[in-house]
This record gives sequence, structure tokens and C-alpha cells, in this order.
Amino acid sequence: MGYAIQADGLAKRYGETRALDGVDLEVPQGRLLGVLGPNGAGKTTAVRILATLVRPDGGGARVSGFDVVRQAHQVRSLIGLTGQYAAVDDALTGVENLMMIGRLLGLTRADARRRADGLLDRFALTDAGGRAAKTYSGGMRRRLDLAASLVGRPRVLFLDEPTSGLDPRSRTELWGVVRGLQDEGVTVLLTTQYLEEADRLADDIVVFDHGKVIASGTPDDLKAATRGQVLEVRPIEATYLDLVRRVVADVLDVTPEVSQGQVTAPVRDPAAVPAIVRRLDDLDVVAAELSLRRASLNEVFLALTGHRAEDEQQGAEAAA
Amino acid sequence: MTTITQTAPAVAASSRPGAGAALRQTMTLAWRSMVQIKHNPMELLDLSVQPIMFLLLFTYVFGGAIAGSTGDYLQFALPGLVAQNMLFASMTTAVGLNVDIAKGVFDRLRSLPISRSAPLAGRIVADTLKQVWAFALFLGLGLVLGFRVHTGIAGVLGALALLLAFALAMSWTAVLVGVTAASMEKVQILMFSLMMPITFTSNAFVATDTMPSWLQKWVEVNPVSHLADAVRGLLGGGPVASDATISLLWAAGIAVVVAPLAVRAFRNRI
Repeated sequence: MGYAIQADGLAKRYGETRALDGVDLEVPQGRLLGVLGPNGAGKTTAVRILATLVRPDGGGARVSGFDVVRQAHQVRSLIGLTGQYAAVDDALTGVENLMMIGRLLGLTRADARRRADGLLDRFALTDAGGRAAKTYSGGMRRRLDLAASLVGRPRVLFLDEPTSGLDPRSRTELWGVVRGLQDEGVTVLLTTQYLEEADRLADDIVVFDHGKVIASGTPDDLKAATRGQVLEVRPIEATYLDLVRRVVADVLDVTPEVSQGQVTAPVRDPAAVPAIVRRLDDLDVVAAELSLRRASLNEVFLALTGHRAEDEQQGAEAAA
Repeated sequence: MTTITQTAPAVAASSRPGAGAALRQTMTLAWRSMVQIKHNPMELLDLSVQPIMFLLLFTYVFGGAIAGSTGDYLQFALPGLVAQNMLFASMTTAVGLNVDIAKGVFDRLRSLPISRSAPLAGRIVADTLKQVWAFALFLGLGLVLGFRVHTGIAGVLGALALLLAFALAMSWTAVLVGVTAASMEKVQILMFSLMMPITFTSNAFVATDTMPSWLQKWVEVNPVSHLADAVRGLLGGGPVASDATISLLWAAGIAVVVAPLAVRAFRNRI
């Protein structure tokens, strides 16, 4: 035992697309696994398989020891799922949404009501509980959605991009709720496109790309691999691009990328930047823009995969 | 904050739910569809506007021209209108299902340890209750306007049962449309352009012998014609057996052909 979630070689195709191409996952009881990756990396497909909504074409998975295909009903009685869209019934009130789930799970009317009230209290929705969900703000709907997935007291919770589209305040609130669940010992698998979110919440992170796990480890491991910052230099005239490229390559000892009128290169040591400025000055090259910024998710992917996340579509199309 | 700190799951890991649990879950989901009406009384109006409007328009606008008197036409057209409305209403299942799938509500339900058929069955039970409401409204308003039932309560219940049986068969079509259509708007356009010609090329509103002979051939086959004639017999008296049998055969045929397609589309979409 020990593992709340275990997947071996999960594979799933949709037509020509390999949504999942042999994914292994292991999440120990009570840990939070952050699944990081761009759109189309296969995160949602993995969640849908683990939550018994989709059957894998290959490989297998177990949740709390139950097979997600052959023992789907047992798995369903142990999990909670919050998808990318708040799956609440707009026409029902908050209380009714939660009571419906409670009643479906076999609670008596009175127990379902108590459970609903307790969850609304926890998610600061008590005042809105009697209002139709369609009157809720985006953040409130997500909280109600998360509450709905907790009615059955799941031991394993799947959160598929729970904060996408939320404003920063709602996002921070939701993070607080997720941390509370971790404290209660709930095992969580959370997918996200935000490095920061995975960094804040996850005990372990796996990075998905093209339906495969391309990196895994603790947030610190991942940051160490991609610690650097990124230097961008845009000369005032495109004719200087090559000169800038050579200077940057020489000082930083890397192969810079040249595109869209600017030179981009990873920087390990920010102290090297003034040297670049001096060299460009000596050569009378005027930089319209010169900036140093933290590596974005794109650069993380670049560092981990050797290609940018946004090149994937083209890559996939070329391969197809 | 007292109940939520317990960590034991409320639901024990067990095998599939039994028939009793499946029935209870179906009724819970039917309740869900019905309670929407409580919050949004406009929905009841939606269910009621078409019956009232069509009954009044057909009786008083076309009645004189088609049958020579509004009273005679009401007696002829009400069963046809009832059949037409049943077919339109059977498609509301498609809209509700499509919205549930698009919004993720369906996924939530499927991730719960409940009967696999409950989400569909619950919706169909609720939509059947709405059918009963529309039927009662037609009959009630019809009686006020001068429609006469010559058969009694058994005839009325028989007509209702026949209509509901046909509606149930049609709900497979609704499932097929609801699952395959890309959006709610497309569902509505599709069902309108499907149901409008089918219901009008029947004897629901006009006697068959007034139409061109090529059209008559279809009208005589059209299940809406048989359904309308069977309801005419069940409410107004006259022969019923043949039209009711043909209607039920059509219903069975539709279910046998469409149900497997609907189930397959359902599996593919989800």
C-alpha cells in the first residue's frame, strides 16, 4: 500500500493525438502532487482516467489500491473531483447543490443538510447558500464546486486547474482551502499551468509535456534546474542583432536565441549583465530594450525539454 | 465547523448500488430538475406558453377556414396539438443533457459512486412529469374552449399513457442529439428543424385528403398522424386499436434503432 495514487504506463489516444503516452505516477498517502504543464500536455486526460471518467487505452492505475477500470465504483466512493469548469447547477442554490450530492451519496435529508451547512460555513458561503449559484462570482462558484467534491469526505482529491481564470485574491483563498485539506491528510492531485501555484502547494511536482512526464521532483529540485533569469536585448536597429548575439554568447558562454528582433539568453549570474552593457556601449550599439526577468513557464519548459511550450502545436502538426 | 473535521469517508467502499439505491438516486436527480422550476417560474411559463398559444391560434385563426367552425376544428386539432407538443417537449431532454455535459455537471455526477443510469433516468423522469403538465394544460384549456371528451377518464389516461410511451422512445433521440450537438443553440435549431416538418406533414392539423397525393403517402405513414388519430379516438371516441398499435410500433422502432446509436454517441463523447 502506501500509495494513494499509482499509475503505470497510462496511454490514451484521441484520433491521431496521443493525449497520454506512457505516464507513470506515484503519490504517497497524504501528499499533494502538482502536475504542471501547458495546455494539451495531457494533464486533464490523466485526471479523467484516474477519476474513472475515461478508460485508458493502455497501462493501468489504482486509487487507494482499487483499479480505476475494474473497480471503478469503489474508486468513485473514495475520490472527489473538481474539474476545470465549476460543475455546479446554476439554477440551484448553494445549499441545494450540496444537498443533491449528499442525497446521491445516500445521506438522509437531515444529514445532507448538515453536511451542506458545514461545507458552506467552511468555504465562507453561508450567506450565499440560499441564492441560486448563477448569482455567484467566479471565485464563489469555484469554492462551491470544491465544496461539492468534498461532500463525500474523499480520501483522494483531484483538482484540475482549480484556479484558472480566477483573480489573485480568489486564487489565494483557494490555496488556503487546499492547504487545509492537506492538513487533514487528504491526498491531492492538482494540475496547473502556474509554476507559482505548484511551488506554493505541492510536495512533489511532475511536469507533463506531449503526454509524457518529462521531469519530476520537489519544487526545489525543479527550481534548481531552472533557477536562472532571462536576459532580453532588443537593439534599436535589426542590423545589430548578430553583433548583439555574439556579445551575449561571448559574455554568458551560452547560445542565445534570436527572434522577433531580440536576443534572448538564460543568465546564471546576473553580475554578468553590466559586462554586456559595457561591451555593447564600446561597440556603439544602442539597445532599445535590455531587461532581466525571471524565467517564465516557457523557459522552464525550454530548460527541461529543449523546446518552448508554444511550439508544441506546430511540432505536433508537423509530426501528424 | 464541527462535522467537517471527521476524516472517515461518508461512503464506504462497496460494490455497485442496488436497484433501490438506483431508484432513490434517480428520484434525487429528478428532484433536481423539478426544483429548478421553483427558482425559475419562467420555466413553467416556457412549458405552458406553447400549448396555450398554439391552442388559441389554431382554434381561432385557422379553425373557421379549415373546418368551417372553431368548435369543430378544436375537436379535430386538439389531439394533433397534444401530439405535436409532446414531440417538441421530448426534445427538452436534449437541451438539459447538452448543458450538463458542457458545464461539467455530468462529469461530476459520473465521478460519484451512483448508478450509471441515474443521471439520464432522473432527467427523463422529470421531463415526463413536464409532459404530464403540458397534457393537463391542453386538456384543461381545451375543455374551457369547448373541447369534449366522449370517452371518460379511462380514455384520457389511455391517451396520456400512449403519449408518454412515445415520448420515452423519443427521449433516445433526445439523448443522441443532446450528446452529439456542439452547443445548446445547435440542439434547439436541430430539434426545431426536425420536429417542425415532421409534425406538420401529418394529419394533426389538416385532413389528409386535402393534400397533394404524393404528400398523402407520407402523411399516412407518419407516426404523428397515427398518434393524433389514436388520441382522437381515445378522447373523442371512435376506433383506436389500429392507430394506437401503429404508434407503439413506431415508438418501439425508434427506440430499437436510435437507442444503440445514442448509447454509442454517449460513450464516445464522454
